[in-house]
Amino acid sequence: MSENHPIGLSIRGGSKLYPGTQALKNVDFDLRMGAVNVLVGENGAGKSTLMKVIAGVEQLNGGTITLDGSEVVFSDKSDAARHGVGIVFQELNLFPNLTVTENIFIGHEKTRAGIHIDRTAQTEAAKALMKRLEQDISPETQLGNLRIGQQQIIEIAKALAENASILILDEPTSALSAAEVDVLFRVIGDLKRQGVGIVYISHRLEELIRIGDYITVLRDGVITGSRSMQGVDIPWIVANMIGSASKEFPKTGDHALGNEVFRVENVCLPSPAGGYAVDHMSLSVREGEIVGLYGLMGAGRSELLECIMAQHPTSTGAFYISGQPVREKSVSGRITRGLALIPEDRKRDGLVQIMTIRENLTLSSLPDFTRIFHLDLKAEVAKAAEFVKRMAIKIASLEHPVSSLSGGNQQKVVIGKALMTKPKILLMDEPSRGIDIGAKAEIFRTMRRLASEGLGILFVTSDLEEVLALSDRILVMANGKLTGDFPAGADAAAVISAATPNLSRVETP
Amino acid sequence: MSITNTASAANAGSKASGTSAILLLLRMRTFVALILVFAFFAFAAPNFLSYANMLIISKHVALNALLAIGMTFVIIAGGIDLSVGSIVGLCAMVAGYLVLYGIDLGIGWTIQFNTLEICFLVLVVGVFIGLINGILITKLNVAPFIATLGVLYVARGAALLFSDGRTFPNLAGNPAYGSDTFKLIGSGSFFGFPLSIWIMVVVALAAGYLATRTPLGRHIYAVGGNERGAGLSGVNVDRTKLFVYMFSGLCAALVGLIISSQLQASHPATGETFELNAIAAAVLGGTSMSGGRGRIGGTIIGAFVIGILADGLIMMGVSSFWQTVIKGLVIIAAVVVDQIQQKLQARVILQQQAA
Repeated sequence: MSENHPIGLSIRGGSKLYPGTQALKNVDFDLRMGAVNVLVGENGAGKSTLMKVIAGVEQLNGGTITLDGSEVVFSDKSDAARHGVGIVFQELNLFPNLTVTENIFIGHEKTRAGIHIDRTAQTEAAKALMKRLEQDISPETQLGNLRIGQQQIIEIAKALAENASILILDEPTSALSAAEVDVLFRVIGDLKRQGVGIVYISHRLEELIRIGDYITVLRDGVITGSRSMQGVDIPWIVANMIGSASKEFPKTGDHALGNEVFRVENVCLPSPAGGYAVDHMSLSVREGEIVGLYGLMGAGRSELLECIMAQHPTSTGAFYISGQPVREKSVSGRITRGLALIPEDRKRDGLVQIMTIRENLTLSSLPDFTRIFHLDLKAEVAKAAEFVKRMAIKIASLEHPVSSLSGGNQQKVVIGKALMTKPKILLMDEPSRGIDIGAKAEIFRTMRRLASEGLGILFVTSDLEEVLALSDRILVMANGKLTGDFPAGADAAAVISAATPNLSRVETP
Repeated sequence: MSITNTASAANAGSKASGTSAILLLLRMRTFVALILVFAFFAFAAPNFLSYANMLIISKHVALNALLAIGMTFVIIAGGIDLSVGSIVGLCAMVAGYLVLYGIDLGIGWTIQFNTLEICFLVLVVGVFIGLINGILITKLNVAPFIATLGVLYVARGAALLFSDGRTFPNLAGNPAYGSDTFKLIGSGSFFGFPLSIWIMVVVALAAGYLATRTPLGRHIYAVGGNERGAGLSGVNVDRTKLFVYMFSGLCAALVGLIISSQLQASHPATGETFELNAIAAAVLGGTSMSGGRGRIGGTIIGAFVIGILADGLIMMGVSSFWQTVIKGLVIIAAVVVDQIQQKLQARVILQQQAA
């Protein structure tokens, strides 16, 4: 098989250091042309770092990259593009206000004399690309009018317009419908036949097995498995992804669970793309229980938490706290009822960066320090100091802006703010994202302690290991629906396949 | 070894204290600017230091300071209010109309008002226009710049319509209705200070208290710093924004009242470009146009810097063209220094964290 697929690019002994962590350790990777090279691993395993290295976005600290037999160093993304490496990021980098043609040629416009954009040539080239990709999209269409799936195709066209012979696709199907996935796979098949080497990254394992020719599994920056796709099955992938030695997770407490503290009934959120982002979800959490909500990106987990926190006026369904219906329509009303949210995006949703640590900690609990309308600053400072101590937040002064803290300490401020409202249910959206290992372990311990104090915790994560180790119960969501309900200690493969939406659709058509 | 250590530590210490001294100076920059401007004119302009002159300057400053206080809250909350000048004009016209004519019920009856009632009604008008601004911005999602620009035109047009563009002259009021005291708002004094200065002091103290010692004040800063984050923390973002625009309208109405009373006449063009002076005072006082940062005290000092600069230059006989240029340069300089301070402060905090 490898005779048909010559190696186009290879990495030998590749290492990448970030401050505090080693993202890649001595990695050997071969990229075969005219084939789909699948890259799989947990979040933080080093997939995206490896991909960024190939695309020139990041540079190796050690090791070499060989392209078509000669050693190369890509100084940046455009340098890699000149060598024929194109990349389509998971988040689309497109301009909805410009036309398809303008998007395809943004940054490398076809010009006459360097200043005048040659519209006819661009339109012709865009037309040819659309034909090559079997898309019936007019180059003059404004990009914002296209469906997400079509926009994904435009991103691919953008890479091909720069004559990419190596194309990296990072989770290209996470936002696509089943029909659009079929189109994308056809396009990938055509590109393969044209000799393009494709690197394909996805969490959807069935999809990988269907589309891939070669597979490379990464764990903690090390390649744990690399072979031709023939004979690969999901258990093999999972075994290599997770390994035997588990990271340090606090042991599940053996305290007894209390009564049901929170129930979600039949929550629906219509999606702007049609259908439902959250599709008739029901679940319940007991006192002292940690419920892990696992799923892939776009499964609707964050949206569900936002519905619970009154962020979507168009959502329907009912919530009950200790059996009492929640009728409050405002965030502050729901906070008073005992709900608290740790949002996924700390910077955007969790903190007011230019305010001080004290002001951020107390922002949700100001009524506690208020007599009629007078704010008791002394009581506020005392309470903030108490929570800094309780959460073990490392700070020099309460009056410093919260933006001066590290990610882990910022996260503790967010959790402290939520706990100050004395919640009964804590909703945590990816609580360990973007923080270092030490802070992670500390946050997991905090979650355990809070649960043993009787708090109900519903946490969302994309980290399989995390959900398996921390949860008293594991719920799985896919396409807005509840697709699995497992007890603690469930089988990893079962959880993963529950998270992969529409198993039937990844069968080869 | 130990000696060099102590020496280097002492060195680092003096370096740090040097930085913090500069930082303190930068933080107090508006105040420093005020002292410099004051000292300069005390030497350069004859009679500048006289009691009478101080009073005149303060009276001028009071008007701009009132508008700037309202503006400061709006800017801290992440918005802008371009309509305040027009609200001043419209409120002045409303005040003039009520003093002269009262409200004609159209059935042969006319309601006449005493001074307090007139003040109340004018303030209600100002707050109401602020409410319109707020509703446009929160409920109808119009960008603050556009919403208040539109209201700027509408309110100015309405002021002109009130009198067909004419001035309401001679607002002496009528003792029979109890409106003859209307002129006292502008000319009356209390403990030797004009009433307008007292109004500014009271509003400034109330605003300062509101900003630092009430949940509403904290919410204003939070909304300007991170609207989404504030909302998810349980802050009622819409209500907070409605408040700041209504408060700005209230401040503008006060200014309209004071001006029409001082002149004992209402002119529909009253308050043109006042919004720009108010923004300038707020920015000079350290309010960040991107929201979330600013202090009432800073704004007051900023208003005084602008006021003293304007009146002092006039007293020195500098042409009004040059005054405009100088005012612009001062504002730009203030923002540049502000940026330098932000950077330096962030660095000092990082050093403290590292230590």
